[in-house]
Amino acid sequence: MKDTPEKPFKGRLEDRRFLTGKGRYVADITLARQCYMGQVLSTHAHARILSVDTSEAETMPGVIAVLTGADCAADGLGTVPPFFMPSLWGGPEGYATQRKILVDDRVRCVGERIAIVIAETADDARVAAETIMVDYAPLPVVTDARAATEADAPKLWDDNENGNISVSIPMGDKAATEAAFADAEVTIKRRLLSPRIAPFSLEPRVSVGNYDEADDRYTLYTSSQDPHGVRSNIARNVLKIAESRLRVVSPDVGGGFGLKAHMHPEDALVLWASKHVGRPVKWLGTRSECMLTDTQGRGQEIEVEIAATKAGKLTAIRAEAWTNLGAYFWGTATPPLFFAMQLIPNIYDVGAVDLTNHAVFTNLPPMSVYRGAGRPEATYLAERMMDELAAELGMDQAEIRKINAIAPDAMPYTTATGMTYDSGAFADMIDAAARVSDWSGYDARAEESRAKGRVRGRSLISYVEVAGVMNERMEIKFEPDGTVTIVAGTHSHGQGHATVFSEMVADWLSVPVENIRYVQGDTDKVLIGRGTFAARSSMLGGTALLRAKDALIERAKLMAAILLEADKDSLDFADGMFKVRDSNKAIALTEVAKMYYIPAGPANALGLGLTGEGTSAGKPGAAPNYPNGTMVCEVEVDPRTGALTVDRLAALDDVGRILNSTICEGQIHGGIAQGMGQALMEEMVFDEDGQLTSGSLMDYCLPRAEHMPDIASELSEVTCTTNPLGVKGIGESGAIGAPVAIVNAVLDAVRPLGVAHIDMPVTQAKLWSALRDAEAAQ
Amino acid sequence: MSEITLRINGKQRRVTVEGRTLLVDLIRDQMNLTGTHVGCDTSQCGACVVKLDGDTVKSCTVLTATLPEGTEITTIEGVSTGDLHPMQEAFSKCHGLQCGFCTPGLVVTAIDIVERSPDGLSASQVRKALKGNLCRCTGYQNIVASVLEGARAMGVQVTEEKETV
Ligand code: FES
Ligand code: FES
Repeated sequence: MKDTPEKPFKGRLEDRRFLTGKGRYVADITLARQCYMGQVLSTHAHARILSVDTSEAETMPGVIAVLTGADCAADGLGTVPPFFMPSLWGGPEGYATQRKILVDDRVRCVGERIAIVIAETADDARVAAETIMVDYAPLPVVTDARAATEADAPKLWDDNENGNISVSIPMGDKAATEAAFADAEVTIKRRLLSPRIAPFSLEPRVSVGNYDEADDRYTLYTSSQDPHGVRSNIARNVLKIAESRLRVVSPDVGGGFGLKAHMHPEDALVLWASKHVGRPVKWLGTRSECMLTDTQGRGQEIEVEIAATKAGKLTAIRAEAWTNLGAYFWGTATPPLFFAMQLIPNIYDVGAVDLTNHAVFTNLPPMSVYRGAGRPEATYLAERMMDELAAELGMDQAEIRKINAIAPDAMPYTTATGMTYDSGAFADMIDAAARVSDWSGYDARAEESRAKGRVRGRSLISYVEVAGVMNERMEIKFEPDGTVTIVAGTHSHGQGHATVFSEMVADWLSVPVENIRYVQGDTDKVLIGRGTFAARSSMLGGTALLRAKDALIERAKLMAAILLEADKDSLDFADGMFKVRDSNKAIALTEVAKMYYIPAGPANALGLGLTGEGTSAGKPGAAPNYPNGTMVCEVEVDPRTGALTVDRLAALDDVGRILNSTICEGQIHGGIAQGMGQALMEEMVFDEDGQLTSGSLMDYCLPRAEHMPDIASELSEVTCTTNPLGVKGIGESGAIGAPVAIVNAVLDAVRPLGVAHIDMPVTQAKLWSALRDAEAAQ
Repeated sequence: MSEITLRINGKQRRVTVEGRTLLVDLIRDQMNLTGTHVGCDTSQCGACVVKLDGDTVKSCTVLTATLPEGTEITTIEGVSTGDLHPMQEAFSKCHGLQCGFCTPGLVVTAIDIVERSPDGLSASQVRKALKGNLCRCTGYQNIVASVLEGARAMGVQVTEEKETV
């Protein structure tokens, strides 16, 4: 729903608890008799472990137990494979690693968990952990993905027959691409980098494990986007128990961004430790610990070449990428490997493509998803190259994009990478974005900048997102008193599901929204669900919810027919009432619902309770949706100092049918801020020994309020045809478009000064050096 | 170990602390006021901001034992009793929060910003004044809007209605 003066946004149902300090985050959970876990992390990026001496720690104050990899092995704990490998998405087989939750033989990156200390307080645990002596025999280190593919590079996994490459994913048509290049009037080549960055949810990771001997069952409280996924992984792979013997609860989660879309070793460690010590065990990740041990996003180097006509029409793209997996193929690393290639065509008819993505092991901490998950890399390539082509041919940025954009009447359109777009009005979006951003007023602003001794640059970029992966389940239940409970398989950690899904159900059933309770994030309450990531919940959660509503209404009809003494097929449901067609007999749904709970009487025959369940499916298997949009950015650069301001940023997003415009725009703003961080300031920096040198907020820079421009955001509704609600995802769009929107604007500003290329993050120092180099060259 | 009397959210509390006990740990672990959050270990995120004798402080930087007797501390739980404070209302109305983790620190900071600006407040002033608070979800846009909305509700004039786009 769009906000209107008649129906303004009034806040979210979940806001009050957050605003009053009553949020329920995992760090806030205190169980009776709980103790704390501290960790010993590897200080070498590659080394054999010769010995682990825990003797001093065992005698330290407050220490209850010290556990090492040897204890893991003695207890028969299993190792953790990737959540899934590219072969499940139609890619080739690759080398899948098995990760130990405590490493006892060989560390392959800094931050590997080697031992844990369980103690009375968090401080006791940490202090004791520091006394544990690990004796290492260092091994040669490789941190760069491309270097790791060299024949003489140190090898991470001895039995990997493919050196350090886990898998190489090819896409496209080699012969057609070669033919297009042979005929090309213009070709342009570039090497582009998307460095590793930190998802950095503001809430650090945290887990509490509790083993209950009475029913031989474990409970894990963890800050996760996908509690059922964590449950499967730990139960099956680590503890080797039936999944029903593990309960995973993720109450309020302080931001996820992909970091929390999969389990982390600590999730399993607190459970195992709890069984060992017979008490609940809590692990509170400190920020420095999390910087070192969190999964990271991006980490790609790509060589790209495009072919085009002199009129600016693309005819082919070929590219070879090296993605830095780090030491393990971990978590959900598969989707970014695909999306980084599949979305390269973007909104364009690009002709032929020949693409390969090598997933390479190095001695860095593991890569996994981070908001955008490969899509920002693909969009960065497509839009950087589009601007290079425009610059080469002296064409306007908007014009060259419209020449190449896929026309609406070509829908459904299958790209050279096999994505089938169902809908999209791409050229219209470009025109509309130009209007929203006052494209035509640019010259005057550029003149103003010049007068101040600055240079102004601008960009106009488009992006496509692919949203709606995997499958989902939702449940709607009437309580005996006529109130409603939604049991969601998705997991909201900022996205406002409690509000949006409740409003949808309130609307469908004509039940007041205050009478709806929203439940999520507990595997004992939610039968099954996939959680929230990859902008999946609006389509998959929404569709499953709609089907749950339909199922509920179908069942309610049976009772309504009895109560109205009418034929079930003569009933219509509207405005919360069942009405007998062509008569004035009617009954309210809530009254019908209550009858499902009376203990005796003729209605009993229908059995107890009124619920409806619905499921839905997306990619792969069923069709996803393709949100898309256009961003316009203007920057101002001081050529003397390299100081850079993002002055204006406008985003026009096609989100399909709008469920809640304020929440959509909130998602867009947040994504743009993260994209700006990626473009200008964020980078996980490792030295050649694989040591992290950006391990705290002292060295890792995040966008703050004063860095951000006021974003002009507008939504456009091009109804999606692949789901009954007509919705498209929104969670990642801002993070996909913003990096290249900003970098292109910077290049537009400094190209006339001789700077033809710059890599992210475009820090002031980097820009200053590039400007000085250009000056020297002239 | 030392004993100290503090006034926390208007209530007198006698507490026993170690020399190394940070104020944030006292608030969270001993007082069980878990609205004050910990987002970093270098005093840079602002998730732990509370009011201390009229000033806002990052409670992760304060050693409790060094506080004067009778120090007055207000956490997010003490910002209002019963109805929401106008600033809390404003954050909700302007969608100035998503995951909510940064929110307590931001609300406490925002009230302070407004109270220190009786002569009026602009969007760019708000952005500067928020330099100690990180939010990873909202992109700050709706936080800035919330602070200005809250300022209006608190009777402070907003001098620059719309930021220059
Ligand atoms: S926890 Fe105090 S500033 Fe981050
Ligand atoms: S709302 Fe999540 S960090 Fe601010």
